Amino acid sequence: MTKDTQAAIQFSHVDYQSDGTEILHNITGWFPKKRITTLVGPSGAGKTTLFRLCNGLISPDSGEIYIDDKKISSYEPVELRRKVGIALQSAKMVPGTVRKNLALSFELQGKEMPIDTAEEMIRLVGLDESFLDRNAKDLSGGQRQKVSIARTLVMKPEILLLDEITSSLDRVSQQEIEELIVKINETYGTTIMWITHNLRQALSIGEYTWVMMDGELVETGESSLLKEPQNARVQTFVKGESE
Amino acid sequence: MSFLLLGLSLIFVLIPLILSKTLNLGLEKDAFVATIRAIIQLLAVGYILQFVFDAENFFYIFLMVILIIGAAVQNARKKGVSIRGITWKLVVTFVFIEVLTQGILLGLNITPATAQYIIPISGMVIGNSMVLSILFLNRFTSEIETREDETELILSLGGTPKQAIHRPLISSIQASTIPTIESQKTIGLVQLPGMMSGQIIAGADPLQAVMFQLLIIFLLLTTAVVTSAMLGFLSYPTLFNERMQLLKPEKK
Repeated sequence: MTKDTQAAIQFSHVDYQSDGTEILHNITGWFPKKRITTLVGPSGAGKTTLFRLCNGLISPDSGEIYIDDKKISSYEPVELRRKVGIALQSAKMVPGTVRKNLALSFELQGKEMPIDTAEEMIRLVGLDESFLDRNAKDLSGGQRQKVSIARTLVMKPEILLLDEITSSLDRVSQQEIEELIVKINETYGTTIMWITHNLRQALSIGEYTWVMMDGELVETGESSLLKEPQNARVQTFVKGESE
Repeated sequence: MSFLLLGLSLIFVLIPLILSKTLNLGLEKDAFVATIRAIIQLLAVGYILQFVFDAENFFYIFLMVILIIGAAVQNARKKGVSIRGITWKLVVTFVFIEVLTQGILLGLNITPATAQYIIPISGMVIGNSMVLSILFLNRFTSEIETREDETELILSLGGTPKQAIHRPLISSIQASTIPTIESQKTIGLVQLPGMMSGQIIAGADPLQAVMFQLLIIFLLLTTAVVTSAMLGFLSYPTLFNERMQLLKPEKK
């Protein structure tokens, strides 16, 4: 990856352990600003852990993470989490309506969500306004993912982390979410980092990619690298995923 | 009651032992140990109380209360070992409950400042507080585990630890206080409370016994809610670090 754009997030020799097991080892790399970067790799590669580090839910054992060239530790936790939004695979909803879920970030700040914000967000993710008063527990998997993304977008984060949000969806829902990701990036200039197992998505939607294996960043560059990877392990992985 | 009559009451221990043996319930050993322990512990307490009552010295009353709190902490802490510093949180809670209840009782002259009143009431209050702590800690530790996703969701959206833990905390406080409140609703209808029955058997005026029992019921209601709420609000900050990250529970 040539550094012709600014880095939104930079990792420098980052290690992370959990219960004595090394989850991430010596991660050094960067994510370009206002671009879509995919993270691919087998399960257990440490991709979700990397996201949790970016959102400040955990801290590295060693090394440094920079957000907009500022050390992550220099941000107040709340400020960091509003700047770097995360939508998780589980798309957990709090009990209540879709509107209540969308208003959550405002509620946490003791503010009221403007009515048009809820409408803007629900339309942005391709759902109509009647969804706002539906009970969140009645949503389908795809609808829940869309509401989860909308809920994260409500606070207009500069960086959006999407963790395997299409893995349990049917083909039509997958395509809708793919279009949504591109739309968010184009509409708001949001930097998007997206964990996906789907190499087609990584090639068609992502401009850049990180390939992670066993807690290490093994290859990084423009998404086209997935067509002809240099690293032997990545070649095996790509071959396995393409079959 | 004489020791001879007390000896005769052991028939009530023999009945379950014989039943257990006949029906192969395997309860003989536990029932036997429980009986022996109850005899030794209660007789010892009886002699100690007699000594303390005769001595009429506040130091001994204080010592008894410390012993009661110490035993309660020792028992309750086992349920909360995954919460950092649980022992001191329990000590603070029980001491606060004791000071609050005795402060009101003695301060307003509701009960006299003698060992005869302070020690049994402290025993009932701290004993109830201990049970409440166990119920609360059991529920709270399991709520934290089952609602971890929700807690992290709120943190990830920029919520504070207090906001993130709000639902597990409130639900644990409610769940742990429900048995106390529910049992008070049927008190006197299903069974006569132990203390009241004891007083009536010992020859006290039934109305006096009822009034004392009502006092205890009111005390236990305060104890229940204050224990759970206090323990909850003392415990939740230690679940997070200064970066507002949910910490892994301490190994048991």
